[in-house]
Amino acid sequence: MMVILLILVAIVAWVVFAYNRLVSLRNQIDNAWRQIDVQLKRRHDLIPNLIEAVKGYMQFERDTLTQVVEARAKAVSAPDQASRMAAENQITAGLSKLLAVMENYPQLKADENVLKLQEELTTTENQLAFARQSYNDVVLDLNTRIQSFPANLIATNFGFHAADYFKGAPEEQAVPKVDLSMTTPRA
Amino acid sequence: MAASNFRALEAANRRDTALLVAAFVLLFGALGLGLDFAARDFSIVDGQLVGFPVLMIAALVFAGVQSIVSYYSGASLVLLSVHARPLTADSPKHEMVLDVINEMAVAARIPVPKPYLMDDPSPNAFATGRDPTHSVICVTQGLVDQMDREEMQGVIGHEMSHVADYDIRTMMMIAVMVGGIAMLSDFVYRWMFFGGFGGRGRSGSNGDRDNQAAMLITLAVIILAAVAPIFSQLLAMAVSRQREYLADASSVEFTRNPRALLRALEHIAKIESPLKQGTAGTAHLFMVNPREGARDDNEGFFANLFSTHPPLGKRIARLQAMLGNAGARAIAGSAALNT
Repeated sequence: MMVILLILVAIVAWVVFAYNRLVSLRNQIDNAWRQIDVQLKRRHDLIPNLIEAVKGYMQFERDTLTQVVEARAKAVSAPDQASRMAAENQITAGLSKLLAVMENYPQLKADENVLKLQEELTTTENQLAFARQSYNDVVLDLNTRIQSFPANLIATNFGFHAADYFKGAPEEQAVPKVDLSMTTPRA
Repeated sequence: MAASNFRALEAANRRDTALLVAAFVLLFGALGLGLDFAARDFSIVDGQLVGFPVLMIAALVFAGVQSIVSYYSGASLVLLSVHARPLTADSPKHEMVLDVINEMAVAARIPVPKPYLMDDPSPNAFATGRDPTHSVICVTQGLVDQMDREEMQGVIGHEMSHVADYDIRTMMMIAVMVGGIAMLSDFVYRWMFFGGFGGRGRSGSNGDRDNQAAMLITLAVIILAAVAPIFSQLLAMAVSRQREYLADASSVEFTRNPRALLRALEHIAKIESPLKQGTAGTAHLFMVNPREGARDDNEGFFANLFSTHPPLGKRIARLQAMLGNAGARAIAGSAALNT
């Protein structure tokens, strides 16, 4: 009798523990997502300023500039999450191309305003990338847990679902690594 | 390294710090007790303890108070001792460093540590504090001047990992304790050799045996006082060396780019300028050993034993191995723009 009672207590304790662990992971995912959102918004705010600052110099890159501006407009007015993410990925691709071609315009290096915006945009892009990295790490944690026995019993009974990874645009990988040494002169 | 590994390291560090503080307080108590015997205010008469061990109590209280004070304000004391000031965005390069600190905090999923700057031309950095919400990362002006963005990410990633896994707490308490033990053992020595042995004797029927016991205890304390500073230094160094490799690996985990830290360390290895303000007490906090001549790649047992850091050559070799194995993949997946 005592033994059965002990086993029951152990099972209940395990269920509570496993449930709390899943809740904590789900909250971490929400939190990681908010981090991404902050950076996306910051990027939306930065783009108009950057375009304004460089368009005088970059008459011949009209296409690159328009691509970024249009992708931003699409992202801001996207009706659902999927199309928003597609537009955001377009922005990422467009911006990394823009930052790369900016190298061809030495006049930009003399413009303090442009340099400042460029640094701000670079760090936003990096924070976005790192936020996405940690988001995907937590999603991997949660999904592994949800799928493995015996935690999957808890997950299915308490409505935990596997989360989606934040995938980058396919063309993003194809963009060559840019090295704009203009902001960081070696001493 | 996944988040769960950081949690395991954090738990280990919380435990280690508690053990260290306990050992520290006990050591102080033991040394205080030795002083009590030497001063004869506490002694053994006829196999009975006589008197009140006032110095032991004082040492225990002192050690306890010192632990509490350094737990809460150790970071400020360290910053004060190396003459650091808050880092502000007063130049483009300083702004870049602030940005990189924000970026690596996002990668490590911790609050942004407070940024500080040391006016020193030698490239170096350290992190300290009691937990991620009360942490600082301090860089030297030399580091700011000499690192490009990619290298800076590697360095800050290394420091961010010390913050994320609570290394900073353990290392900060060790810094305080090494200093405290050195001070007390010095005090014990002076006391014992200059006047400690005088004092009035108490004698009972078993006088000789009592005196013998007291002498033995005093002798034990003298030995303890002699070895404690060396032992605490060795401990600080052993604890610190292991952590450097781990922090290097975590930095790569954050940046997904072994080249970042590798380039930074290779760069630093070429420079032979010891830190002006690097003291023995804070050496183990830094990213690379700040003391002169400590950069050699001496691999001997004693060279290893007495160093707070693994030889730079070994750290570079480990990073090169990472670059070789996972390098291509890591760089393809590397998130950051290093403009």
